[in-house]
Amino acid sequence: MFKYYGKYAPYLFLLPAAAILLVFFFIPFFQTVYLSFFDYSSSLYAPSAIDFDNYIKLFQSPVFYKVLWNTFLYLFIAVPILAIFPLFVAILINQKIRGVTLYKILIYLPVIVSIVVAAIAFKWLYADQGILNYFVTKLGFQPIGWLTDPKWALLSVVIVTIWKGIGYYMIIYLAALMSVPQELYEACDIDGASFFRKHLTVTIPHIMPTIALVTTISAISAMKVFAEIYVMTKGGPLNSSKTIVYYIYERAFENLDLGYASAMAVVLLVIVMIFSLINIFCFERKKYDL
Amino acid sequence: MTYKEIISKIKFDKIATHIILISVSLLSIFPFIWLISTSLKGNGENIFAYPPAIIPQDFTWANYTGVWDKVDFIGYFVNSMIVAGGTVLLNLILSAMAGYPLARMEFKGKKIAFFSVLATIMIPFQAIMLPVYIITLKLHLVDSVSNLAGFIGLIMPFAVSAFGIFLMRQAFLGIPKEMEEAAIVDGCSVWKLFWKVLIPMVKPSLAVLAIFTFIGSWGEFLWPSIVLTKESMYTLPVGVNNLQGMFSSNWRFIAAGSILSTIPILIFFLAMQRYFISGENEGAVKG
Repeated sequence: MFKYYGKYAPYLFLLPAAAILLVFFFIPFFQTVYLSFFDYSSSLYAPSAIDFDNYIKLFQSPVFYKVLWNTFLYLFIAVPILAIFPLFVAILINQKIRGVTLYKILIYLPVIVSIVVAAIAFKWLYADQGILNYFVTKLGFQPIGWLTDPKWALLSVVIVTIWKGIGYYMIIYLAALMSVPQELYEACDIDGASFFRKHLTVTIPHIMPTIALVTTISAISAMKVFAEIYVMTKGGPLNSSKTIVYYIYERAFENLDLGYASAMAVVLLVIVMIFSLINIFCFERKKYDL
Repeated sequence: MTYKEIISKIKFDKIATHIILISVSLLSIFPFIWLISTSLKGNGENIFAYPPAIIPQDFTWANYTGVWDKVDFIGYFVNSMIVAGGTVLLNLILSAMAGYPLARMEFKGKKIAFFSVLATIMIPFQAIMLPVYIITLKLHLVDSVSNLAGFIGLIMPFAVSAFGIFLMRQAFLGIPKEMEEAAIVDGCSVWKLFWKVLIPMVKPSLAVLAIFTFIGSWGEFLWPSIVLTKESMYTLPVGVNNLQGMFSSNWRFIAAGSILSTIPILIFFLAMQRYFISGENEGAVKG
């Protein structure tokens, strides 16, 4: 095919998007790294260069370890459940039964509703004299301080993230299930294999790449949680539900400790980039023609 | 196994499936149901009563009218529409324009451009939000300058995404080359070819991009809660979060306000549900 466009045409087409990405992604990216080498805590207007002091301070701070631990705990609870439970639901929905569309709509509903509304709804369920504690006391236990007890706060927030993610990952799994050859299931049926055996030997091996994909994307989004924590606990009580993004937000926008917050942001960047690289090069190669 | 046993086994499996799916569905909507129930309870009814009553005993719409009178939901809604509408429009134009040369043209630096876009996938907004805020301030794109500047500041960091660019690139890759050749032979310029011939052919992808960008922008909370200073500029999520401060422990009002704020997106979802639950566009929404 002959070249029908001018020499500069491709660049002109790319220009607007490139300008936005430059100003709102690449410059901020390098500026985050740059800021992490400055101290703003003594003066916001005359920061002093301090080499790696922010990082040293960071890795000596018990609060930072607590926050990092919370973040990974969040991930370790949310990711396995989000990788397995939606698959189970998708397998059930992927049968010839009535009401499939209705089930899908209802289970997907939490995904489209604003996270703020979801967090408020759960805050109400978690109220001290709320409906959840009614069932807890009915079962003979002491009422639980869902959001006020340091032992429970993180778990209570994770539950919201999981609840909001099930429908999303269910749809991803449903798409993957369509690609499993039906003959294999028929063979299982003839052999009289049980429900669990059938799916353990046929479904799971076939959609392993999707399970891996869901694992990495749910891990990346677990690293980024913010709104749930902001609306429900503000990281409390006693930092027990504070994760890394919330802590960055608090340090940057409430304490105006820009250098320290940036050092933490760099840590977050490194972790998310590792997950993303795994994701792109192992599971999404085809999508990007790599 | 006899024939009869097989039949009864299948029936049991189906019933068990329905029971589990109904339970999961109920768990998915129960938090909303309880919120709706609370929002319809009058002052004569204890909302902390044990055992809890799902059906309001002292039924009233008063919480809805009350919260409607005190909170400018129409204003929040209009702000959200402006922000989501502007974000969608810019994403469509910029993603299509950037996706086209990446799919169809040969030029120096194409690989660099491609990998730069890919790199932005790995940069979470949460990690760079502080410099993004500083830059937005320096560009005077905040609501303390003017409402228009405030809206532009809300929109610009999300005006284009790697997801959109790759989606559109994929769409352009799917168009037969003959289409372009025919248009060029007819003496069409590349600019006209793009807008008049190619864009109409990628409408399905543009629709997908529009819908998912809209949902993402509509629910965005972190960025507006950082940049907004004036209540009159609040988008719905920020306004709803603010209900907690306004009505502290008046859960009847907070519940009514939360439900009210959800109605627009619920209508949108039900109207567009096939895009979300068909599974064809898997992975399109930000997780």
